[in-house]
Parts: sequence; C-alpha cells; structure tokens
Amino acid sequence: MAVEITSPQFKQNTRDALKDAPLQRALGKVREGFIHKRQVAIDALPEFDALRDSARDIKNHTLAHLDLYLEAYEEKVTEAGGHVHWAETAADARGIILDICRRVDARTVTKGKSMITEEIGLNDFLEQCGVTPVETDLGEYIIQLRGEHPSHIIAPAIHVNKDQVESDFRRVHDHLPANRDLSEPETLLDEARRVLRSKYFEADVGITGANFLVAETGTSIIVTNEGNGDLTQTLPRIHIVVASLEKIVPTLDDVSQILRVLARSATGQEMSVYTTLSTGPRRDKDPDGPDEYHVVLLDNGRSAMLGTQFQDMLRCIRCGACMNHCPVYHTVGGHAYGWVYPGPMGAVLTPSLIGIDKAGHLPNASTFCGRCEEVCPMRIPLPKMMRHWREREFERGINPATQRVGLGLWAFLARRPALYAFAMSIAIPALSLFGGAKRRYRYLPLAGGWTRYRDLPAPESRTFMQQWKQREALKQEARP
Amino acid sequence: MSDKPSPKVGLFVTCLVDLFRPTVGFAAIKLMEDAGCIVDVPRAQTCCGQPAYNSGDRADTRAIAENTIAAFEDFDYVVAPSGSCASMLKNHYPSLFAGDAGWQARAEAFSARVFELVSFLTDVLGVKKVDATYEGTITYHDSCSGLRELGIKAQPRLLLQTVGGTRIVEMGESDACCGFGGTFSVKYPEISNEIVGRKTENIGDTAADTLLAGDLGCLMNMAGKLKRQGATTQVRHVAEVLAGMTDTPPIGGSD
Repeated sequence: MAVEITSPQFKQNTRDALKDAPLQRALGKVREGFIHKRQVAIDALPEFDALRDSARDIKNHTLAHLDLYLEAYEEKVTEAGGHVHWAETAADARGIILDICRRVDARTVTKGKSMITEEIGLNDFLEQCGVTPVETDLGEYIIQLRGEHPSHIIAPAIHVNKDQVESDFRRVHDHLPANRDLSEPETLLDEARRVLRSKYFEADVGITGANFLVAETGTSIIVTNEGNGDLTQTLPRIHIVVASLEKIVPTLDDVSQILRVLARSATGQEMSVYTTLSTGPRRDKDPDGPDEYHVVLLDNGRSAMLGTQFQDMLRCIRCGACMNHCPVYHTVGGHAYGWVYPGPMGAVLTPSLIGIDKAGHLPNASTFCGRCEEVCPMRIPLPKMMRHWREREFERGINPATQRVGLGLWAFLARRPALYAFAMSIAIPALSLFGGAKRRYRYLPLAGGWTRYRDLPAPESRTFMQQWKQREALKQEARP
Repeated sequence: MSDKPSPKVGLFVTCLVDLFRPTVGFAAIKLMEDAGCIVDVPRAQTCCGQPAYNSGDRADTRAIAENTIAAFEDFDYVVAPSGSCASMLKNHYPSLFAGDAGWQARAEAFSARVFELVSFLTDVLGVKKVDATYEGTITYHDSCSGLRELGIKAQPRLLLQTVGGTRIVEMGESDACCGFGGTFSVKYPEISNEIVGRKTENIGDTAADTLLAGDLGCLMNMAGKLKRQGATTQVRHVAEVLAGMTDTPPIGGSD
C-alpha cells in the first residue's frame, strides 16, 4: 500500500539514472536555476543569517515542548470547529482519511501538493478504495498522469522535460483537438488549468498538506505558487489537512519569521505567491469555505527521533535547498534514492522512517562536501547526521564486508605509526616504480572502482617520512 | 618577526602527501621556514583518521586521534597542507572525546593550534607575498572542507597573485565538489565520475594550463580524470607553486 521502497537498490537505481538521457537533460535545470536564484535572493537580505538563527531557535524550542504545543494546537482547532485526528502510523492516517471520505460518500478528492500524502501512499490507497484522487499542483498533476512519484520535494516533476509533458497531455487529454498548439510552457499550463478547473467543483473532499500548524490559533498554513491549494481547500465540502507533527510552531509571529527564509531558500522568491491560512470550517458569515475541517496529525516514526542524534532533522521545513545544491542529487536525481524524500534531507530522514537496514546507501552516498548544511535555512547539520547513520551501520555490522575488511586492515596500520611507516616504506617505492614514465596507472589491482573511470596518479618516489628521516640524518652528520 | 621568538610548528604531513606527493610536504616546510618558523615533523603520525571517521568507525578514529594529539603536544602550531585533514584535526577531533573530560581538554587545546597551510601563512604569520615564479595560466579549485569548514577562499588567491609569471583564471563553479569525497570515490565510482566530469569540463573551459588546489585527494581525483580524458593540464598542489618547487613532474604526469 505504501510507496514502494527501492532504496536497497540505490546503486542500480543510480546506474539507471545515469543512462537516462531525458533525466540527465532535466537535471541541468536544477544546477542552473535554483542555485543562482537563491543566491540573488539571499544577497538582497542582509539579515538572512540572523533569520536562520532565529528560525532554528524557534523550531528547537518547539521540539523541546512538542507535547505542549500539539495539545494547545488541538484545543484551538477544536474551538474553531475543526477536528484533530492523531495518526501514529501511515496506515492509521490512511484509515482516518478513508473513513471521512466514505462517510460523505466521496467519489473525487482534489489534492494540493503534499509530501506527507506521498509518505503514506494515499493516492494508490484511495484509488483501490474507489475514491479518485486528482492532483492539482501542476507538477504533481504531470507525474500523476505519468504514474510516477515526485523526484523533488518542491518541484515534483523536475525530472520531466517539456516535450514529455506535451506527449503526456496529448495521450490523456484525448477529448481536445489533436492539432492544438502545446509547444510553449504557457500553453501547457493553460490546458492543465482548464482541465483541472472543473475537478475542483466536482470534488467532495479537498486534501492539502501543511507547511505550518500554528499552536496559538489552530491555523494550518500552505504556501503555493499556483493558487491550486486555495481552490482545493475552499471549494469542496470537506477539507482534510494531512501534516506530520513537527510542522507545529508556537505563534503566527514565529511563522512570519520562518517564512522569510523558506521561499528564499527554495525558489529564490521573497515569498511564495500564495500563503494561505485556514482555521476551522466555514463560519456563518464567511462567504465560502468547507463545512468540515479535519487535521490528520501523523507521527509515523517522528516522535522516536526526539531526544536522539537525529532530532535536529525535525527542524526541516522542506525547502529543497539541500538537494538543489547537492552534487549527488544533481547527478542521479530524486528517484534513485528509492523512497519519498531524496537528496541530503532524505539521506538523513529516510533511515529514520523506513530503517537504516533498507536505507543504508543513502547516508553513505555523500561526498560530505557540506554544501547542504551551508545552505540549509534551519541550520540542520546534515553531513554530521549522515555520519551518525554510518556509525549505526558500523556498530551493527551492516555495511559491506569488503569495506569492513579493508578499513580494518588500514586502521590496524594507521594506529601503529612505526609499523605503518615501515610497511609504506616498502610498498610505496615499489608502487612508484610500477607507475612508469607516465607517472600514473590506467589500471591497478584492487583499485578498480577508481581506475574504471580515472587514472590513478603514481606515488612520486619514496614516502615523505623516508626522505625526511634521511634529510635529518644528513643534517646530524653535517654538524661538527 | 625578529622581535618575537620563532614559532615552533609541527607539520602534519597527511597520509596522501606522505605516500603520493612528498614534494608538497617539503614545499610546506620551505614556505613556513621562509616565514620564520622552526618546523619539525613528528614521526608518530600516520593519517588524520577520516577514512575511519567517515565510515562510522569511531573507536579506530579515536585511537588515531589520540596518537596524533600526543605526537603534536610540544608545538606552538600544527599545520597540514590540506583543508580536509586540517578541519578533521581542528573541527572534528574534540567531538570524538565527548564525555571524557581529560581527553576532551587535550583535544581542544590541540585543535586550537591546528591550521591549514595557506591560511596559516596568510592569517597567522601575516605572509603577503611569496618569492616564486611560475610561468603559466592557473585555475584554482576550492576544496570543500577547506572552503566550508575553514573559510579558505581568498588566501590562496592572495598569495598566488604574487607569484611571478602567473595569471589566474577562475573556473565556473570553483566551489562545487570535485566528487572525490574520500571513500565515496570508490564506493560510488559512477556518481563520483559524473561529478568529476563536470569539474574537468569547467577546468577545460578556462583553457588554463595548470590546475591547483589545496587538497591532494581532490587533486588526484581531478588529475586522474583529466589524464584519462587526454587533457594536458598540469596538476599541482598550491604549495608547490607558492614554494617555487615545480621541478618534479606534475600529479599524474605531464602528458
């Protein structure tokens, strides 16, 4: 029911991704677009780093008092006439949502963009239960037509090129004239908008995620650029918010601070086009809004992260900056990571949620270049936490045997400087000779991982320590 | 410097320089001696421990760190010709001893004295120019650990500008990772290869004849890829050029 996990096949996934020409073409957009736009937005805001500190502190405070704020939030939602449903697992959340849909005899559900509904595998589940989910975010709509999952947490269809979208639209929108012009992004957008418009009115239930839940007021907040979220949550009779419990922040003032780092880090916008606040169902004098307002609060492993080395990960506001700046993500895209959350944030979060035994590759597939931590608006120490996962793997002995043996041999020597120096004084000059006039190897036994793609530079001659020892001895002799 | 006693510097050679590129070690010694330091090389050093540390093996890392700290306790400064190893010694060692007050204090006292070579020359010793000549067009890659964990970006360029006969051309994305990542390069060689491929493309676009950086791991990765692609770019550690010690063949050979 839940999203299929292919993280254990990460290596094969990455090989497939490298051979996928349209994917590689699409990934160029990540490298060129996001990085530059973010930099421009941040250069224009001198207090950006101070805001990051503040945002980090707000979330740290909230996580330290999470129970208190969640209860306060529930109280406020109830006061406003809404309902909070506590879901410990993905299955619980799916069940709660299905119960609501069944009670109102829902046929169609419109959806705003939500990674949490991806995490709980909601679309497939609803379809199997006879409820049709319709994604209304353009990117989500495109991948729904393609039968795919998001490859990026804020740009779900970043792996798809324009010409591919055109052929998907021609295939699915077969009621429209075949000779229509779909050559420009605008024409594609117009068509999606026209097709989706009627869906909003047909839908019985609208499901959105939440970027923030505000304890002070019982408000859920989404930020979008297309306005689809607003239509999703105001037009149907029922609005269901699905959110994980770390989305909570104490006050609206806190939200306004974190919003200042969110869009800048994500898309380079000062603010997203729409920031939509919903508090409870429609009141008597409101011109519109849903009759019922439900919040499904999902834990799904998060409360178990509290008080561990991975608690800081719960500060994440899902801006995507870490993956936008990640050389590994740039190379293989999001699907290779094999579950819902890709890139550096996925490399830390996924093992927490599905287990390090399945997600072991993810925290290892990092060069530790540190760019993710450098750009994270919430100052999450992502490389450090990936290293903590590697420590867990090492303790449990679940990393590959070849690595363990190689590392063990090396560490045995590295802990014994005299023995190390002796061993190297024999090995290195021999290796150096083998390097020949070219001063490099095209192939070296046991170094195939390296030499398959690169030459390996040969050692100059003897080790530094050998030469230093000799130099010092000569100095001694020269002394009167 | 004449009114102050000469600083006593322990050179942390780094394992890659020790094994693959001793010239960098001797260049580092020359640069620091020229700047008035007394440099020595403790024998009881091997590696900073990153291969173990980044593989999750904290026990071996700690054992290696204890050796290193003990070997360098008599020096005013500990200097490494690598941003990555220097950052390991400076930023990561203390965390290995959390909960062990005695060792943690030793580790912190040690870490406070650790510097990467080029930033040590400029920021601690106040070196503003070097006495060296190198005929060529240079492009400089900012290695990740030095750049992000130690703030090394301006320092090597500042000194390279004073090398006679040299012109510096900046490559695109000089601050993007080269794909080395230590054991990453052999654990995920396909991904590493793609990343270094983008790097060598950026290097090629500059038409520079020489590539420099401050970390031998990155340099061996980039040199290895450039040579496999048939590029004639000369690859050297920045210290070799700053010290005027460029008689040895470049990393990975010259053709």
